[in-house]
Amino acid sequence: MVDSADPMKAVLSRYRDPALARKLVARIWDLARDLPKIRIMHVCGTHEWTITHWGIRALLPDNIEVRGGPGCPVCITPASDIDVAVKLALDGINVLTYGDVSRAKGSRMISLEDCAADGGKVGVVYSFMDAVRIASSNPDSEYVFLGAGFETTAPTVAYYILKGLPRNLKVLSAHRYVPPAVGFLAESEDLEIDAFINPGHASTVSGMRAYKPYFDKCGKPMVFAGFEPIDVLVAIYMILKQLRENVPRMENEYVRSVTWEGNLKAQKALQEVFDFEDGYWRGVAIIPASAMNLKEKFSQDDARRVYGLERGGGDYFPQEARCAEIIKGIINPPDCPLYMKACTPSTPIGPPMVGLEGTCRIWAQNRILVKDFRCMSEACRINHGTKYVRRL
Amino acid sequence: MKADEKISIAHGAGGLYMHKLIKEHILPRFKQRRSVEIPLTLLTDSAVVNGIAFTTDSYTVKPLFFPGGDIGRLSISGTVNDLSVIGSEPLAISCALVIEEGFEIEKLDRILSSMEEAAEEAGVEIVTGDTKVVERGKLDEMIINTAGIGRRSPHLDKNLEKAASDGRSLRSRWLDPRNIKPGDRLIVSGPIGDHAMTIIAARGELGFEAPGLRSDTAPLNHLMERALEAGGVLAAKDPTRGGLAALLNEWSEATGFGILVKEALIPIRDEVRTGCEILGIDPLELACEGRVVLAVSEKFAEDVLEALRSHPMGREAEIIGWFSGEHEGVVVETEIGGLRYLPMPIGDPIPRIC
Repeated sequence: MVDSADPMKAVLSRYRDPALARKLVARIWDLARDLPKIRIMHVCGTHEWTITHWGIRALLPDNIEVRGGPGCPVCITPASDIDVAVKLALDGINVLTYGDVSRAKGSRMISLEDCAADGGKVGVVYSFMDAVRIASSNPDSEYVFLGAGFETTAPTVAYYILKGLPRNLKVLSAHRYVPPAVGFLAESEDLEIDAFINPGHASTVSGMRAYKPYFDKCGKPMVFAGFEPIDVLVAIYMILKQLRENVPRMENEYVRSVTWEGNLKAQKALQEVFDFEDGYWRGVAIIPASAMNLKEKFSQDDARRVYGLERGGGDYFPQEARCAEIIKGIINPPDCPLYMKACTPSTPIGPPMVGLEGTCRIWAQNRILVKDFRCMSEACRINHGTKYVRRL
Repeated sequence: MKADEKISIAHGAGGLYMHKLIKEHILPRFKQRRSVEIPLTLLTDSAVVNGIAFTTDSYTVKPLFFPGGDIGRLSISGTVNDLSVIGSEPLAISCALVIEEGFEIEKLDRILSSMEEAAEEAGVEIVTGDTKVVERGKLDEMIINTAGIGRRSPHLDKNLEKAASDGRSLRSRWLDPRNIKPGDRLIVSGPIGDHAMTIIAARGELGFEAPGLRSDTAPLNHLMERALEAGGVLAAKDPTRGGLAALLNEWSEATGFGILVKEALIPIRDEVRTGCEILGIDPLELACEGRVVLAVSEKFAEDVLEALRSHPMGREAEIIGWFSGEHEGVVVETEIGGLRYLPMPIGDPIPRIC
């Protein structure tokens, strides 16, 4: 244990240092003074977890808001792709996917997990590697892997496709590429985003460079950030500094992982295997050049071509649910009438409560404090002298 | 619950599901026919009937033997602790064994000796018991059930008198969350999560050896006596399934008051913290089997803390937070000073740990 514990402890204590956090918060307050209302969006479920789990929103001045955008792969996977996978599973083809994807419901409110109870063939895997291993050791069965996720998970799929898949394994790609989505969100007028915290893991693959055209177009601050609380506080500090100086930049807070070029080997694999085409993000929009679809030369590996599947169109969300607005970051979970009433982590209805990185699930599990909650005890240091809110 | 619903592992995990099962299925069917001082409906660790504290618990830990203890030590400690936290002095314990056909006698001997050792440590006697064997495959090795009785601790009256000297009126003459009011302090007797993380490591789920980890399984009655002697203790509970998160939520619900705890003050060993990082679980949800959380009058919190620290089992005790009349639910001040709610755990990340 000693060997494994020490380096981790060193990292944790550095990026979770309370004294440093206090200093950063004080600087953020200084910078935010006299600024108008600032809305910062992040597009990664893990950032939402960090912000929520560490209670960062309670530390920020009233005029600084951090919104969660479409950063949960399960949430943005089109209902039509889930429908198609359910149909395949019920037709006797073994559908393999990640655990939380298997719980996401399609347009008829049926998930892969639900259809397994009706005899659908569904298997849960931790990675595409597991899918390859399972298909190889069962050569007489047909398998389809429903690949959801961003450029974080897609390179593994690309790598195995280039290496040659087992003949009985096809890929149903619902993979999405993040940079065009950030570009889309930056131009969305209903969101009024002032700056972005860009995803640390996805950008480690794509590199900062991939965001350059979108930054040039919108001219809004973009800071690439890591996932410890100090990372997020530094990113907010950097953004406010840019806004104060009125010189928007692309800046890298996550220097221990993100580079300008990114992971060239992974990018090459993605370029070789996928065409980057218009793609629907559930609840958001059709975003140009964001869907990673298999190139024609890999037709034999492409479940859509092999089984003649329709490409996703249309959408469906449960009645009264405001999933789409939550995924896009227009509203916060408590603004949805189903949140923590009919829709809870143990009885999820909409995809943001299903996905491990879904905004609703993270908020529910940490019961985030909203609006004016300020504890007036000496312990909480930042005292607005305002009222307490009742439990969500 | 609907007719086709079935018992899941989560129903025994100490979280939301288990509470629902108890409240919707068990409590309405067991009628309380005469006045019992501390009845079943209060869902305390022990009941009190005619001045006698009474409790029972079943143990199904996997593996049976783990660093720092085994199912035998666990089965005595757990019942002694349930009796202690209500303010009673444990007297006698029963031992019911349900064993799978084919179980090795040598292992059974080791478990029984361990039970006797723990009983001696606690100063209780095992006075009655039962043995059943089930067919191979119908049970995973063994289950132990223990029940125990205790009498009112000689220090309890003085302890409560002292607590009431701050001007409050007591609603119960036992250690009982109904005695709590805003401002009361929360004390934990030592680092949390050692037991659960030891079990996880012993099952090989960490993926590496963790030689520094030992379960905290121990009878807490002597430590509790020390705290009562100091005086000012209002309620006590051991954070078993669901850990600190479940315990604090239960108390917040039972009292109707909010709780604020400071994460930085909660003692957690590095090994436990690291294990939680790797597995993505919250240390506040991990079970302990030899720790107690006390609610103490603000006026006497430092005295009780000192008394706990004077006992070998309480050396790492800390004041971790307080009750508040100004918000609802359990709020954690995170290590960087942020705030979040700590919800009741839904289920347990790891079944069969006690």
